[in-house]
Amino acid sequence: MIEEQTIIAVMPETLVAETRKMRDQGYRLVQICVTRLGEELQLDYSFDLNRNFVNFRFLQPKNGARVPSVSSLYWCAFTYENEISDLFGVQVDGNALDFKGTFYKTAIKHPFIQDTAPTSVPAQAKPEVK
Amino acid sequence: MAFFQMKKMILAWTFRTPVTTKYPFEPRKICPGSRGRLDVKITDCIFCTLCDKRCPTQALDVDKVNKKWHIDRLRCISCGYCVEVCPKKCLHLTGDHGIPTVTKEMETF
Amino acid sequence: MGTRTIIPFGPQHPVLPEPIHIDLVVEDEKVVEAVPSIGFIHRGLEKLVEKKDYVEFVYIAERICGICSFIHGQTYCQGIEEIMKIEIPTRAKYLRTIWGELSRIHSHLLWAGLIADAFGFESLFMHSWRVREQVLDIIEATTGGRVIFGSCRVGGARRDISADQMIWLLKQLDVIEKEMRLIVDIFLNDNSVKHRLCGVGVISKEEAISLGAVGPTLRGSGVADDMRLLKYAAFGELDFAPITRTEGDSYSRCAVRCAELFQSVDLIRQAAAKIPAGEIAVKVTGNPNGEFFSRVEQPRGEVVYYIKGNGTKNLTRFRARTPTFANVPPLVKMLAGCELADVPVLVLTIDPCISCTER
Repeated sequence: MIEEQTIIAVMPETLVAETRKMRDQGYRLVQICVTRLGEELQLDYSFDLNRNFVNFRFLQPKNGARVPSVSSLYWCAFTYENEISDLFGVQVDGNALDFKGTFYKTAIKHPFIQDTAPTSVPAQAKPEVK
Repeated sequence: MAFFQMKKMILAWTFRTPVTTKYPFEPRKICPGSRGRLDVKITDCIFCTLCDKRCPTQALDVDKVNKKWHIDRLRCISCGYCVEVCPKKCLHLTGDHGIPTVTKEMETF
Repeated sequence: MGTRTIIPFGPQHPVLPEPIHIDLVVEDEKVVEAVPSIGFIHRGLEKLVEKKDYVEFVYIAERICGICSFIHGQTYCQGIEEIMKIEIPTRAKYLRTIWGELSRIHSHLLWAGLIADAFGFESLFMHSWRVREQVLDIIEATTGGRVIFGSCRVGGARRDISADQMIWLLKQLDVIEKEMRLIVDIFLNDNSVKHRLCGVGVISKEEAISLGAVGPTLRGSGVADDMRLLKYAAFGELDFAPITRTEGDSYSRCAVRCAELFQSVDLIRQAAAKIPAGEIAVKVTGNPNGEFFSRVEQPRGEVVYYIKGNGTKNLTRFRARTPTFANVPPLVKMLAGCELADVPVLVLTIDPCISCTER
């Protein structure tokens, strides 16, 4: 085991208060990540202080997910929050630098929550056999 | 205040020959063990299709019925996965990078 | 208050290795604000986990970026090995360390050439890349590829470095180290280089932590944080301490990277002296079921991979948060208030690897 990684369950309502406690202790924001689990989205907020790794985790529904922004505490969160709103359709309230959906310009909106083709590798057209 | 620190480098390189290879007039130095073009010893091949299944880019097409082995040169990424799984060890990666090609066609062995 | 114009920087610009777009709001040669815009090279690689199984995905993870390719592969393999509780042989750990540090040397030499090009010193750029060619020759001889190493697999390494190759490698490193000293001497002591780098893009220690900076950007501002202290691979058995400087400007970041070049050479020598004989890989069966945040020190900073598996051969989630993504907010902060001519130097001082930023 390389390192111990603590995962703490929080509620969206207490997220900003818990993040404020982290900032006051000197933790730096490592990343904000979204995972699709079927019809729900799992959000992870990761913090680090001297290689002590702490995670906040909570769930949101796939359609209509809404979270408060932490960019008032950590300004650098604006990149992560734009990414989760563009790729996963999570609505973030109060983002300090909101790109309003133009951070990633994809052909399909919110590509990561769309259902794709089955997992088997599809047959790809091969060139002519000489 | 150190001015013109480059003078040591310039002095050292005034009388040395350039390091650039005058390719294509000079041959390119081939490094042994380099992963380049895939080569097959077709006489040893048993057409088990393991290399076809394992290729990550689907560059190989092994026809068990007609005993033919095809490769799409432009899809091959020279990763060497097929070389590892071949039970008869008839595949190997040569050091050179192959000749340039202008058409998308499969090479047959 | 003068009139404000908006000047677009990128996506095509001679100093940029990869396309990024920044809108610079300029008032008489002074940049007031900068708005970044990424997405030119977004390939959606994270969604490919639904199609490729977890063993083949190493090839995709390696190809996220060309410059930091080996360490991406290593982080991925480490993550899967932690989830599946696989213990890889010690020799494989040392091999990964040696290749990882070679990758760091070649990446920092590439960066040195680009920053010299950014402030117009083309001959220094050419000399840095000439020395980098010798490093790439070592990499090609030991792994088979110059840029994409292809030598990491889940369970260990794919190729071995023989004892003869190791002796040759160390001899080459002696030659490379001597050449690097000449180049680093120019970077750190030349007056015209200092004129372009000192006092440009200052970030204080508190700002660096609150902006989420990683890597040499963080260590150049005085924070001694380096993921190699987590003691993954063989770092637990090697003598290592992070290099920091306190000024927080471009010169200190340059000095950190130059010092890391020699630290990597020293780490390779230590690893080559201590590497044990033995197997290089273990057989892997089954599927990953669990999750892990794999953290490794890339040349540009800390990379975090979140890998989640559910017992099938396709992973549920693969998320790569690369160091340049974390360094974009410090870049935006640095650009506010700088001179227009310093913009290329500042963009390159965070060592941007945009294909990593948008996978």
